[in-house]
Amino acid sequence: MNFDPRYANRNFASVGTRPIRPDGIDKVTGRARYGADFNMAGQLVGRVLRSPHAHAKIRKIDTSKAEKLQGVKAVITAADLPDLTDGDAAMYDILDNCMARAKALYDGHAVAAVAAIDARTARQALKLIEIDYEVLPHVTDVDEAMRHHAPLINDTIFTEGLEEKPAKPSNVTKRSQFGHGDVHAGFGAADFIVERSFRTEQTHQGYIEPHACVASVNLDGTAELWVCTQGHFVYRQHCAQLLGLEASKLRVTSSEIGGGFGGKTHVWAEPVALALSRKAGRPVKLVMTRDEVFRASGPTSATSIDVRIGARKDGTITAAEATLRYSSGPYAGSWAEIGAMTAFACYKLDNVRTVGYEVLVNRPKTAAYRAPSAPMAAFAVESAVDELAKEIGIDPVDFRIKNAAQEGTRSSYGPVYGPIGIGPTLEAVKNHPHMKAPLKQNQGRGMACGFWFNFGGQTCVDLNIGMDGSVSLAVGTVDVGGSRASLSLVAAEELGIDYSQLKAIVADTASLGYNDMTDGSRGTFSSSMATISAARNAIKILRDRAAQMWDIPVEDVIWEQGHAVAKGDNYGNLGKLSLKEIAAQSGKTGGPIAGHSELVADGAGVSFATHICDVEVDPETGATRVIRYTVVQDAGKAVHPTYVEGQYQGGAAQGIGWALNEEYIYGKDGRLQNAGFLDYRIPVCSDLPMIDTQILEIPNPNHPYGVRGVGETSIVPPLAAIANAVSNAAGVRMTHIPMSPPRILAAIEAEREG
Amino acid sequence: MAGIAVSTTINGDAVEYLCQPDEPLLDVLRDRLGLTGAKEGCGTGDCGACSIILDDRLVCSCLVLGAEAQGRRIETVEGMAHGETLHPLQQKFLEHAALQCGICTPGFLIAAKDLLAKNPDPSEEEIRFGLAGNLCRCTGYDKIVRAVQDAAHVMKQA
Amino acid sequence: MVEVTLWGALSQLAGGKSKVEVEAKDIRELFRKLAEQYPGFEPWIDRGIAVAIDGVIYRDTWGKKLPEGAEVFLLPRLAGG
Repeated sequence: MNFDPRYANRNFASVGTRPIRPDGIDKVTGRARYGADFNMAGQLVGRVLRSPHAHAKIRKIDTSKAEKLQGVKAVITAADLPDLTDGDAAMYDILDNCMARAKALYDGHAVAAVAAIDARTARQALKLIEIDYEVLPHVTDVDEAMRHHAPLINDTIFTEGLEEKPAKPSNVTKRSQFGHGDVHAGFGAADFIVERSFRTEQTHQGYIEPHACVASVNLDGTAELWVCTQGHFVYRQHCAQLLGLEASKLRVTSSEIGGGFGGKTHVWAEPVALALSRKAGRPVKLVMTRDEVFRASGPTSATSIDVRIGARKDGTITAAEATLRYSSGPYAGSWAEIGAMTAFACYKLDNVRTVGYEVLVNRPKTAAYRAPSAPMAAFAVESAVDELAKEIGIDPVDFRIKNAAQEGTRSSYGPVYGPIGIGPTLEAVKNHPHMKAPLKQNQGRGMACGFWFNFGGQTCVDLNIGMDGSVSLAVGTVDVGGSRASLSLVAAEELGIDYSQLKAIVADTASLGYNDMTDGSRGTFSSSMATISAARNAIKILRDRAAQMWDIPVEDVIWEQGHAVAKGDNYGNLGKLSLKEIAAQSGKTGGPIAGHSELVADGAGVSFATHICDVEVDPETGATRVIRYTVVQDAGKAVHPTYVEGQYQGGAAQGIGWALNEEYIYGKDGRLQNAGFLDYRIPVCSDLPMIDTQILEIPNPNHPYGVRGVGETSIVPPLAAIANAVSNAAGVRMTHIPMSPPRILAAIEAEREG
Repeated sequence: MAGIAVSTTINGDAVEYLCQPDEPLLDVLRDRLGLTGAKEGCGTGDCGACSIILDDRLVCSCLVLGAEAQGRRIETVEGMAHGETLHPLQQKFLEHAALQCGICTPGFLIAAKDLLAKNPDPSEEEIRFGLAGNLCRCTGYDKIVRAVQDAAHVMKQA
Repeated sequence: MVEVTLWGALSQLAGGKSKVEVEAKDIRELFRKLAEQYPGFEPWIDRGIAVAIDGVIYRDTWGKKLPEGAEVFLLPRLAGG
C-alpha cells in the first residue's frame, strides 16, 4: 500500500462542516428504496415455517400437501440446503440457523419455507406442512444452562480453553481469560473491597426495518440478491458458500438499510430466499414479520457477571477481577470473551483478571449489538466502581480520574495504549454544568465510563471525475447513518472542491472489490482512509494532465485548493487550472480521470466515553424517568459533527431502553412471550429528554485526519450510568438490568425490610 | 376470491383499485399502487412507520383495510412536497439531520404534519407526546423534536 | 527475535506459557512459525487472530513488519455491531 495513513495536523475546509446528506432528499420524500421496496417481474412471495418448540428433534417433515396447493411454486427444507461448509464450524452454525437440520434449537427456528404466488397462498401452504417433533427438555437461562444437570443443547461441545479437555460435553463452549499482574496480592493490599453479582437480560437491536430481500437465481448459475444488510460483500460470501454458487456470479445490491446495529451482519433468510428461487425458477421476495425478527433474528446475550474490585484508602485500585457468563443462543459464540476484554479497559490496573464463559441456551442465535458485550460488562464494573468510591468516601468522578488509563498504560486486555480519551472525557464531565445542577426529591444522578475497540478492515473506493468536473464516489461500505455525507466531505477536502460537486453512492458487489461490512464502527474510519487514498491517486493523474496541458514536467505541478498550480519562476504566466478545466480536456490528455483505492484500514483508534444521567424514581410505582442526559465522547476527528452527535444520542437512547425496560421474556415452555413492539417496548419520544452531547477530538495517530470510530461506544456507559443514578435516587443498589418498575419496587421493599 | 373495487383519493388524485377483503391499506399502497413511502415495521400498529392521514386523521395504514378507503382522502409522504418545493418539515428534517437510517422518517413526517395541523405551536412536551406513536431506533428523537420545533416556527411565519 | 504475548486460551495451548519468543520479520512469518511450534494454534489462526504491535491492532495485514523489540500481543478477532 503506497499510502501513508499517519495523522498530520491540518486546517480543514470541508471536514467538520455540517452539510445536508446526499441521500437525504430520497429519504424525506419516500423515494429511498429499502429491503422491502424492491420488486422483480414474476416475483413470488417467500414465507418461513418456524418451530414452536424451544428444543425438539425433527423426526419427519411432510411437505406433500403444501406442494399440492394451487399457487405454491416451491417448498424447501434443510434437504434443499445441503451442507457445503466443508468443516467451517461458524458457517455451519449460520446454515443450521437459516434452516434447522436435525433439531429445532429455539422457539422461532426455521424448519421449512415456501414460495407462492401471493402472501395468502404462502401462509396457507405453511399450515399444510406437517412436522413430527420429539420435544426435548430445554434451557433458556444462562446460569441454569451452566448447571451440571442442565439439558444438553449440543452433545458434541466440549468446553474449549480449559487446561485439559473435559470428559463430558456441556453447554459451556469456551472459557477465555485476560489480565496481568497478581490479583491475589492486589486484593491483599486493598483497604476496601467491593464484591457484587449482576445480571442483564437479553435485548434486541430493534431496527425498525425487518430483514427483507429479493432473490433471483438463474438456470446458468448466476444470481442476484437485493437485500438490506450491513455488508453486502459478506452476504455474498455467505450465500455463495451456502448455496454452492460462485461468488462473482452472485451480484448483491445493498438496499437502503433501516437500521442494523449489528443485527444485519450475517445472513438469516437470504440463503432461504435464494434456495426457494432456485427451486421455483422465479424471483422470490422474502420479508420477515416483526414477530419473526424478535423470535429468530439477532438478540444480544443475557449475562450473569461477578465483579470484585479492591482499593487503598487513597483511592488507588489495587486489584480487579470479573467472571462473565454470556448466553450465545444455541451456537458457539465469543461474546463473553469480548466482555472479558472490555470490562476493565477504562482503568490503569497493575493486577487484573477476567474470565469469560460462553453459554449455550435455547434462544435465538446471539448477534452483535452495537459494541457487542461491552455494555453489560461496563454495567457490572462501573456499578462496583461507584460503590467502591462511596465506601472509600471519594467522589466517583475523582476516583475514576485517579485510576483512568492513559497513554502508555497496559490495557486490561493486553496491549499498551497510545493516545486515548478516557481522561479527557472524565475531566470534561467533572467540569460539565450538568454535574453541578441541583436535584429534587426522588431524583438521583449517575455517571459511568465506557470503552470500545473500533475496527478497520478491507475497503475499496472508486472516485470518478466526470468531464464536467463533477465527481462520483462509489464506496463498498454500507451507509447506516450518514457515511455518504462524511465520505463526500473527505473527498471534497482532499480534492479541494465543494461538497456539492460530489455524489456518493454505495456500489454493488459486481462494481467494486470486496469490502468488509459496516460493523465495529468502521464505516467512516476505514472508508475515509480509502477515500483519501483514492483522491490522492486521482490528484496524481490530475497533475499529470495539467502538465500535459501546459507541456511542462509533472514534477513542477502541485495541487492546491482544487487547482493545478505550476511551481517555479519560469511559469509565472501560467495561472491555475481548475479540476473542471482539466476534466474537460481529459478525453484528449489520456482518457477518463479516476482514483481508486483498495486497502486494509488498520490502526483503528480505541474510543472512550463518559455519560451523566439524572433520573427520577417514583417510590410508589418503581417507575423511572430519565430527566437529563449528557454524552461526552472522543471522536478522534468529527468529520460531520451533526451525524457524530446523532450516533452519541442514538446509542444513549438504546442504552436507556436496555437499562430501564427492554428484555426478552420467556415462559416456562421456552417460548418468547413478548415478540412485538407493544410488549417489547423500546423508548418512544415521550420517554426521553433531549440528549446533550460534547464531542472531544483526541486524534487517532493512525488516520490522516485523526478519525476514530464513533458508532458504538455511546451504548456502553448508559446501563451503568442509569443504574448508578437509579441506585442513588432509590437508595438501593440495583444489580439487575432492566430496572423495570417491579424490580425497582422489589429492591426498595427489600431494603426497607432490611 | 373476488376483489373489492375501491375509488379513493390519494394525495389529491383520484385512484381506483381492486383489493381483497382482508388486505391492509398499507399493502394496497405498497404492492398495488407502488407508493412505498409508507413502511411496514411491525404490521400491528405499534411502530408508526406506515402512518398516513385518512380524512384528516392520523392512522397506521397497516390497521386499515384497503376496502375502507372507499370515498375517502388519503395523504402519504409522497404528497408532502409540491413540485420542487419541499414541505417545511421535510426541509427541517434534512437540516437538523433528524434521520439516520431514515426508515421511520416518512411516518414521522406524516405524524408531525398532522400534529402541526392541529396544534401549530406545540411545546416540546406536546411534540414528544404527539410523536409517541412513531418509533425511531437511531436518533434518540432529539434532532427530530428540534426539526419539528423549527418547522413549526417557519410555518407560523409563512 | 520478538517476544509475543498470548491471551489465555492460546497460552493454554502453549503449555501454560503466556509469552513465547519467535524469530519473525512480519505477521505472516509469525503465524507460520507459531503454527509450527504449537500445532494447536492452527485452527485459531485459521479463524483469525488479531496482532497488536506496540498497541496498534492489525487484523488483516500479513505484511506488517515486526520491529525489533516491539511489543507484540495476540488477541482474538472480534465481532462488532
